[in-house]
Amino acid sequence: MRLEVALPVIIPLFFGALTLILWRWRLAQRVTTVAGTGLMLLSALWLLAATWQDGILVMHMGNWQAPFGIVLVSDLLGAIMVVLAGISGFATAVYSLTSMSRRHEAFGYYPLLHLLLAGVNGAFLTGDIFNLYVWFEVMLVASFALLILGGERAQMEGAIKYVTLNLVSSAMLLSAIGLLYGLTGTLNMADIADKLSYAEDPGIITVIAMLFLVSFGIKAGAFPFFFWLPASYHTPQVAVSALFAALLTKVGVYALFRVFTLMFTQDVDYTHEILLWVAAATMLTGVLGAAAQYEFRRILSFHIISQIGYMIMGLALFTPLAIVGGVFYIMHHIIVKANLFLVSGLVYRLKGTYELKELGGMYRSHPMLAILFLIPALSLAGIPPLSGFFAKFILIRAGVEAEAWWIVGVALLVGLLTLYSMIKIWAEVFWKAQPEEYADRPAHGSAGSGVLYLTIGGMAALTVFIGLGAEPVYRIADAAAHQLLNPSLYIDAVLGER
Amino acid sequence: METLMAFTVGGLFAAAIYMMLRRSIVKLVIGLVLLSNAANLLLFTQAGLLRGAPPLVPEGAMQPAGAVADPLAQALILTAIVIGFGVLAFAVVLIHRAYEVVKADDMDQMKDTDT
Repeated sequence: MRLEVALPVIIPLFFGALTLILWRWRLAQRVTTVAGTGLMLLSALWLLAATWQDGILVMHMGNWQAPFGIVLVSDLLGAIMVVLAGISGFATAVYSLTSMSRRHEAFGYYPLLHLLLAGVNGAFLTGDIFNLYVWFEVMLVASFALLILGGERAQMEGAIKYVTLNLVSSAMLLSAIGLLYGLTGTLNMADIADKLSYAEDPGIITVIAMLFLVSFGIKAGAFPFFFWLPASYHTPQVAVSALFAALLTKVGVYALFRVFTLMFTQDVDYTHEILLWVAAATMLTGVLGAAAQYEFRRILSFHIISQIGYMIMGLALFTPLAIVGGVFYIMHHIIVKANLFLVSGLVYRLKGTYELKELGGMYRSHPMLAILFLIPALSLAGIPPLSGFFAKFILIRAGVEAEAWWIVGVALLVGLLTLYSMIKIWAEVFWKAQPEEYADRPAHGSAGSGVLYLTIGGMAALTVFIGLGAEPVYRIADAAAHQLLNPSLYIDAVLGER
Repeated sequence: METLMAFTVGGLFAAAIYMMLRRSIVKLVIGLVLLSNAANLLLFTQAGLLRGAPPLVPEGAMQPAGAVADPLAQALILTAIVIGFGVLAFAVVLIHRAYEVVKADDMDQMKDTDT
């Protein structure tokens, strides 16, 4: 019985209930939210340390032994994801102290934030495929409500697309789980993996694998299922946008990594070949979509899609180095992408708009912010010595070693186009002079933006740290990839030695 | 029986997709309702259909006599129905609010965020 496996789920659930009780007291809600997300981050770090030391940790819920009960499993990938969720949750909570208006806070922002984090952490830690579906739904319901917080027209329109496509994805996931249960008679992921390795009919397994691919592909925003993402991510409050950008699609990516390394490895030539094409198309469409946009958050939204392509590329190549690259990429991406959204929020606060054409002159007026934008932006494009360089370098090295030349070519081209997009934002927002007709737009001004600078600076420091201290981060990613590529470690940890 | 259920599930999926391809947001939600029910029925059928065999252990015995229906699948469907109910209730409220804000029932009028 390892308590630390359950803590990252229990803590946000507890604080979600607590902030509900404190509904009327805004200050108390804020304090408990920062404390709660901070505690969650600490428990996540504890979990990562424990997983690093003792190997895969398993907690049998209610002491029902696997495969009959529901298990929570923390392998290194899961623990890393929980830590990243903790970091982005904590950063969002601190950032919200200034950025959330009283009107939005009054409609239950804080309880929803905790509920979302509980759903995300539950999805990362569960070892039961139906439980994964349930955590997905917990996360989705919270995200629906966060998305429409404020109730503006754009939010309603975005939410309809977001809700519809995510419900379609959930129905597909449920169907796939049903078929898998019919085939194996179990829901425990380790047990399913074990049973599938003896299965006689690989055809039907591949069909189920494709159903999972479509379902998680929608949630991850992979090509050709990504349309809900750029239609909705730029509509909510910016702290919500940042949290979504950091976590929600990555839960889909995590689920893809989990099922396509643990369960569906019977026909790698076929399934992972499809994943590779999906990865290439996702990278290209995302970055080309971004090139056509002139709204700060929409550019960033399209870049989420192209970055998802890199992560799936790591999974699709399916060599040890490529999986390391994929895991490294997820770590780098969550921090950098959240930070870029937070920067866009600060720019909005200072200037009152997200439209690149109406912005300008920020380098002259706010040089500090310009530097803090450049760090994640160049990291996203893959400029050394920042985190994105090493993430891309590992992936491309893996592609070269696997002799998958065309995907290497696509990845390099997309890196170049990412740089183009980032330079576009830099030139439009920071470098050029602001057009005169937009100069006197109503905005909050710089009052109270210290907390925002602090959050953005902290995240930028993490980016630099991952870049300069790439060696220890690489070692963690390497160990995580080792566990992913040896499913027997996971299966033995959950089911016990047989 | 399985064949009949297979056609029912297929018909429900087809109807759901047809409804979702319409422009009206009300029909979109009806499509979502059908879709979640189709998935539930698929899950139900997959676990095996067995008539008149409740999973009960007779008094004094340690295990049920003969083949019984799988209770786990039914527990799963119950969970899925509850989740689906909650989510669809949200969707209904959402399209109501969207109708109030946009003043149209037409998906074609809701393209502001796409350009």
